[in-house]
Amino acid sequence: MGALDRHRERRQGDLPRVLVLGIGNILWADEGFGVRAVEEFHRRYRVPDHVTVLDGGTQGLYLVNFLQEHDRLLVFDAIDYGLEPGTMKIVRDDEVPKFTGAKKMSLHQTGFQEVLSAADLLAAYPETLALIGCQPLDLEDWGGPLTEPVRATLDRALDAALAILAEWGITVEPRVGEIEADDRLLANDIDFAAYERRIEA
Amino acid sequence: MGIQTPNGFNLDNSGKRVVVDPVTRIEGHLRVEVNVDSNNVIRNAVSTGTMWRGIEVILRGRDPRDAWAFTERICGVCTGTHALTSVRAVENALDIKIPENANSIRNIMQLCLQVHDHLVHFYHLHALDWVDVVSALSADPKATSALAQSISNWPLSSPGYFKDLQTRLKKFVESGQLGPFKNGYWGHPAYKLPPEANLMAVAHYLEALDFQKEIVKVHTIYGGKNPHPNWLVGGVPCAINVDGVGAVGAINMERLNLVSSIIDRCIEFTEQVYIPDLMAIGSFYKDWLYGGGLSSKSVMSYGDIPEHANDYSPASLKLPHGVILNGNLNEVMPVDLKDPDQIQEFVTHSWYEYPDETKGLHPWDGVTVPHYELGPKAKGTKTNIEALDEEAKYSWIKSPRWKGNAVEVGPLARYIIGYAQKKPEFKDPVDKLLKDLGVPVSALFSTLGRTAARALECQWAAHQMRYFQDKLMAAIKAGDSSTANTDKWKPESWPKEVKGVGFTEAPRGALGHWVKIKDGKIDNYQAVVPTTWNGSPRDPKGNIGAFEASLMDTPMADPEQPLEIIRTLHSFDPCLACSTHVMSPDGQEMSKVTVR
Repeated sequence: MGALDRHRERRQGDLPRVLVLGIGNILWADEGFGVRAVEEFHRRYRVPDHVTVLDGGTQGLYLVNFLQEHDRLLVFDAIDYGLEPGTMKIVRDDEVPKFTGAKKMSLHQTGFQEVLSAADLLAAYPETLALIGCQPLDLEDWGGPLTEPVRATLDRALDAALAILAEWGITVEPRVGEIEADDRLLANDIDFAAYERRIEA
Repeated sequence: MGIQTPNGFNLDNSGKRVVVDPVTRIEGHLRVEVNVDSNNVIRNAVSTGTMWRGIEVILRGRDPRDAWAFTERICGVCTGTHALTSVRAVENALDIKIPENANSIRNIMQLCLQVHDHLVHFYHLHALDWVDVVSALSADPKATSALAQSISNWPLSSPGYFKDLQTRLKKFVESGQLGPFKNGYWGHPAYKLPPEANLMAVAHYLEALDFQKEIVKVHTIYGGKNPHPNWLVGGVPCAINVDGVGAVGAINMERLNLVSSIIDRCIEFTEQVYIPDLMAIGSFYKDWLYGGGLSSKSVMSYGDIPEHANDYSPASLKLPHGVILNGNLNEVMPVDLKDPDQIQEFVTHSWYEYPDETKGLHPWDGVTVPHYELGPKAKGTKTNIEALDEEAKYSWIKSPRWKGNAVEVGPLARYIIGYAQKKPEFKDPVDKLLKDLGVPVSALFSTLGRTAARALECQWAAHQMRYFQDKLMAAIKAGDSSTANTDKWKPESWPKEVKGVGFTEAPRGALGHWVKIKDGKIDNYQAVVPTTWNGSPRDPKGNIGAFEASLMDTPMADPEQPLEIIRTLHSFDPCLACSTHVMSPDGQEMSKVTVR
């Protein structure tokens, strides 16, 4: 298969590479949960070198290369499981749905399931996978903030992430003091605090 | 009953109504309704969509220097294009000039996005409208190898390679899930490729998926990171230091060389895989020349890729600029984005309200007040529409018009304009393609023509990346490492009240951002995106937009399996609301077809 099999090559003794990923659209209220969770995770903790923290936005299929470059995946995302808004749900490995469709109208409808399927086709499916999901309350408030129940889930979501990472043998280090402006995951007025600032104005 | 539209289409909605509603996860979808006659030929088409609107809601009161970061989040694919359009709009308003190197780097970024988007669109979205994945399972690997070697020197073409790939595909299918290939209309009579061509295309689907990640490394280098690269009003945010070493900070020689090698690979992949595949697939579909719609009548391109920094005049723009109306290729008219009488948005058939809906509004004066109501002839309810009433309001997309005319935008529009202007870099490849396929010029005005223009543009863009990379290298060698102009960075240096416009040619067509700045903050911000042009509903005069026009007179093999509709709409590379990818436990049905 040549070119197609240039997937992860891990030498013996190397630590498994871990991707901590947040996905969603920050402009659509609770759709931003995944991105805000990973942003907050990054704001609070430093991670070892073999762990990557990534704001995936709505990149869909384009994220497949990050899956190719990592062995394990921890992903924050809004999930619709018909639960009470703000309910956190952790889904592991085979439970994470892989559904995807060919009759899309646009690349933008590429969901994360599609990315997983694509990774599978490229023989780069994560060896271990955990989804930390949160049931949204409002996905229609264009320009709106995270709703209260979803915002209230952030702390628990981060605790859950730490527990899963610990299971994978990864210890994160709490940051001392506020993160440097240049080190933030999101900047230019779209970081969590600045973005929601205007809502009160 | 028949209606003649002013832009030359005969609509008849008396036949059976077919509704194609590709439900996205939660938000935003494109829905199409058509009426077919007794021979299943489309005689009326109605396209409706939700679209992100009202970026002003979020941007009003923000710092204009940060607007790009917000617009970059509008959607997952056009990120860089929106960001570039935004910084150009702000620079235009504040009269900020950027250095030559910034222009070169921006062009490379934009061309890179063009190459990436076209390639991914063709292989991972659109090819499946032409390629039957299931049929590939019955291909003879040896014959596939012979086919591949007859059309290209691409090395991955041995019988063993295709045999391995077929085995992998079989395993994938037999595991009970088709992955990205689920929900296709496999076996549909509108698929014309032999099994071997299907297998070859599936192989290239996978190779392109693997290769696309290399392309975006260019954004990582010049934009500092990817996804969501950084942009800067006044230039580009990367500093150049050719003597620098190590991973942190400025663009050094090592990184410039990496970009250079990626560009070479883009050219190679486009010329040895994409174009030969397009030709091979096209040769089996050259009798299926439906879907032309507006393209043979009215097309528009703002133009893009300025040769010289800060010169956005047609002479400086390397992608063609202008408008063709009523199929008159002898006249290409200029577009002035600032003229209040040229570009206007109408809402007569859109779910918004204006004080006077017979008139359109220029984007600088644009307003977005939602007004959702179904027409008297609609069937169903507001939350469960069975059939729309196209005589009333029926879409969340507004109707932009150029001097009152509906126009098509996108790669085909750009190539038609370049062809009409007799620019050899656009005309010659088109003539060669038509000759090689043995079809007349009129074949260009079709779904296949749209798909072909995208491939040719991908090749053009890859070579232009090389051109601007060389230009950048030459400037750096001559001692010019300037990448940003910060003279007017401080809001104190700005006029109290200004307005500006920025434009680009996004992969899917003409994109404009209009900004008003007051007291250092954004006062109004409007974007008119390509899919608004192409996917627009009717206007007050009854002109239909590009999507609707493209579906007219297309025969369908089976209205229950609307492959022909999907194929033509995909050829526009539509971009609707892209916000949603919320997972549901069993996934979700992507497309529901109802026939009434």
